[in-house]
Amino acid sequence: MKTNTELLSKVAGFIWYEADLLDHKEYQHWLQLWSADGLYIVPTDINETDYLNTLNLALDDADMRRMRVARLESGESVSADAAGNTVRMVSRIRLLEAGEELVIARCAMTLNELRHGRLITYPADVEYQLRPVGDGFLIERKVIRLLHAEGFLRTVSFIF
Amino acid sequence: MSELIKLHNVSLKAAEMVEEGRVHKALYSDPDIFEQELDRVFNNTWVFIGHESEVPEAGSYKTAWVGRQPVILSRDRKMNLHVLQNRCRHRGATVCEGRKGKTKSFTCPYHGWGYALDGELRALPKPEEYDGVIDKSELPLMRLRHESYRGMVFATFREDIQPLEDFLGGAKKWIDLFMKQGGGYPVKVLGEHRFNFPGNWKIQLENTTDAYHFPIIHKSFVSSLDDATADIFDFLNGDGFVEDLGNGHSVMVMIPELVDLEADLEQPIPARFSELAAALREEGRSEEEVKRLVRAAHGTGFNLNLFPNVSCSMAFFRVLRPVSVSETEIQHVALGGEGAPVAFNRKRMRLHEHFQGPMGFGTPDDGEAWERVQKGSLAGTDGWILVNRGMGRLRQSADGNVAGAVCSETGMRGAYRQYKKMMAAAEE
Ligand code: FES
Ligand SMILES: [Fe+2]
Repeated sequence: MKTNTELLSKVAGFIWYEADLLDHKEYQHWLQLWSADGLYIVPTDINETDYLNTLNLALDDADMRRMRVARLESGESVSADAAGNTVRMVSRIRLLEAGEELVIARCAMTLNELRHGRLITYPADVEYQLRPVGDGFLIERKVIRLLHAEGFLRTVSFIF
Repeated sequence: MSELIKLHNVSLKAAEMVEEGRVHKALYSDPDIFEQELDRVFNNTWVFIGHESEVPEAGSYKTAWVGRQPVILSRDRKMNLHVLQNRCRHRGATVCEGRKGKTKSFTCPYHGWGYALDGELRALPKPEEYDGVIDKSELPLMRLRHESYRGMVFATFREDIQPLEDFLGGAKKWIDLFMKQGGGYPVKVLGEHRFNFPGNWKIQLENTTDAYHFPIIHKSFVSSLDDATADIFDFLNGDGFVEDLGNGHSVMVMIPELVDLEADLEQPIPARFSELAAALREEGRSEEEVKRLVRAAHGTGFNLNLFPNVSCSMAFFRVLRPVSVSETEIQHVALGGEGAPVAFNRKRMRLHEHFQGPMGFGTPDDGEAWERVQKGSLAGTDGWILVNRGMGRLRQSADGNVAGAVCSETGMRGAYRQYKKMMAAAEE
């Protein structure tokens, strides 16, 4: 197995940067990481790949991402205001594709949320499709496959 | 049963905790009452378990619950539906753990007893040890009585209660209207969201007939809509109403213009559906069909609440399941049209994702409020929940039922009246 260490560390740096923005609720910066037609997807079935023709927990294009962030920042949503902090761990990053136009990476994430004094944990498998741009990347697609996607989740007032 | 329920300050039976216009807060948090509810309500009436489109073919099945009891809805080779208790007749393991799918039979994983789709026990390993001991024909998976209305399947443990259609009564007319949102195609389940909240099931039961909360708690959702759509959701000052349909059922009409999706087809196409209209035209759909599908894509302008566990809620089914006195599971079931244009069903799913489910723009705020109701119900040793809004301004509906303003608590009172009747019946 040959690993492109340089690219891997660049991708890891980008994914950790994104994770840090989200945990610190720097949503406006997060929006700028995306390509205009990028899709943020949380499927209800972790084996599903036809996202447009199935029901997802979230399938956000640029408009929906902007509205999701606006909702969380508006002060109008009681659940967003009551949301505690999140701490996410991202690891096990593997490059699935390392093209000039597109880099695909898969990783493991565990997101911990403290909600009304209770710790809730969301393990997930996350896949990124990244477009190399200049020195960094733009996100073309992020798919969050929650281990518990098919089960009964708690409501979510943050961004995976 | 006639023993009193022990409370700190009050000593009342569950049925006596329901008065016209208020209910005692102990109904949300007393575990003994919860156990009685499973018995007297959920095991004692018609409970919604699914839609026929979820088991479309011979061999299709889905798992569901009646109260706390796991059941299987299956379709046999002759296309007949069955509702089976999910419990092997040998030593009791569940025979099916899938959420839905297709199978030839249900085989118990423990010792391999095999059941047909209609529940009959077909085969078991080393049968000679049972010679003269059991008769296979006497050990099918236990069947529940079930009946359907417009594709909605209900099951009950009671052989002797009224037929489903009598139980639905005045709600049938509204189910008929609700099913028009297939846009000329049969209504079909497209998928579902599942989530739970740490609170009593009756908090959810009340919520689907609670228009009063909408502009307040869902402000951030309304802000995400274009102005014309936001206007549609500004319904508290409109001509909507809540009508008590009897047997615990009620309808809350929020947007009267969207009661009949097959009427008023000449309306101009709203901005938020312009892309859908363009996609349908591109597929070569006639202008008439485009208008019909766009109007259906909206969903209906009402919530129909069916006691005790399902609401036909504008565009989807909202199904509740009591897990414990302070935990409830909810399914938001997305609906579309069987054979309808791809663009139509996609739009329906995108609209569902926008508001519903654990990541929608609406549900998390409902969940937050419900959790707080549950928490608040523990404050004080005695206290009442008010459901008396609009009681002084009741009128008679066109169908001769009691009705109140859209933001009245008429539907909650109807549900609690049925609850009281069922909880009291066994206390005599
Ligand atoms: S428990 Fe099912 S075969 Fe024994
Ligand atoms: Fe709500």
